Amino acid sequence: MAASEPTSSEKTVVLEVFRYRPEEEEEPTFQRYEVPYFEDWVVLDALNHIKNEIDGTLSFRWSCRMGVCGSCGMMVNGDPKLTCAAFLRDYHPATIRVEPLNYFPVVRDLVINMEDFLEKLTEVKAWLVPKEEKQVSEGEYRQTPAELAKYKQFSMCINCMLCYSACPVYGQNQSFLGPAAIALAQRYNLDSRDGATEERADVIFSHEGIWECTFVGDCTRVCPKNVDPAGAIQQAKVSATEDWYRSVLLPSGKRKLKST
Amino acid sequence: MTTDNTKTKEYIRPMPSTWWLRRKSYFMFMIRELTCLFVGGYALFLLILVSRLDDADGFATLLKHPLVIVLQVIALPMVLYHTVTWLNLTPKVLVIWRGESRVSPVLIAAAHYLAWLVVSVIILWIVSMYR
Repeated sequence: MAASEPTSSEKTVVLEVFRYRPEEEEEPTFQRYEVPYFEDWVVLDALNHIKNEIDGTLSFRWSCRMGVCGSCGMMVNGDPKLTCAAFLRDYHPATIRVEPLNYFPVVRDLVINMEDFLEKLTEVKAWLVPKEEKQVSEGEYRQTPAELAKYKQFSMCINCMLCYSACPVYGQNQSFLGPAAIALAQRYNLDSRDGATEERADVIFSHEGIWECTFVGDCTRVCPKNVDPAGAIQQAKVSATEDWYRSVLLPSGKRKLKST
Repeated sequence: MTTDNTKTKEYIRPMPSTWWLRRKSYFMFMIRELTCLFVGGYALFLLILVSRLDDADGFATLLKHPLVIVLQVIALPMVLYHTVTWLNLTPKVLVIWRGESRVSPVLIAAAHYLAWLVVSVIILWIVSMYR
């Protein structure tokens, strides 16, 4: 469903859109589209206008248009944004440059291949592994509000991958686990019901996990849900360091979070 | 990556070596990383000071050398910038819970600034005693 389009507009805005059609070109190009300008339009409305009224061949991903699904992330004037939350009025009258999310391979136009991120989510076991399995008849896994508060911020992640496109470390080394995967791992590690911290350790507390991060902090700046992945990574570094000191200083010490 | 790139002919965009000039936050990050050289350099300088404790006059002459003064003038803002950015990041790393609510990040940073101030005053006091 397209966003409701007001009937007339005197003002227009120019979008410079990244085009890549693998069957007909080796190198991507930029295509200019002039679209009507409305105060309450976002970049995604303008892209939908192009798709519906000007050029049906333009490809891009979107779904909810209300900042929940995390599918419409793109580079807007070089900054990773959810295009459903990037208002034209914040750029008008300047030209708006729309590109696919940085550092991911481009499949077509504004569509990226997110396979790498999905694999990383699986690697860190970004799901709840109960400490002890309970029968349904035994009831819920209960939690106090204080226990919920410890991980709630990190659970707000919508997997939009803006943080990966903001991360120069990921840009230079795609084997880096990256902001969202580590924040989500931390989300489950901090969950009182979860018991898989040691299983996740190999992946997270490794060089290509938290130690690759140089704390640029841009992941936190661009996150549309205030997840603070940079904070999650530094806090995981503190846990790993504490674990190391415990193992060295205590006679019975053993590294729990050791990576191989 | 498991996806078959030959079938879909995906386009990989190269990362320019000037990436850190493209965004202010990247540039400030690079400056922060650069200032650590001055922090390390100054730590070395202080170690030399300690090793020359028996030759106080010789070290005083070295300190008055114009080149050393210029280096100190450059090192001071660098080390200050490093310290300020470091302290500003402490609330991201240090998370303290009081029941269901997190101790305010501003309070955590402020406590660090206060500790910095206290330590600086103590050092100035010691130095003033021996002048």
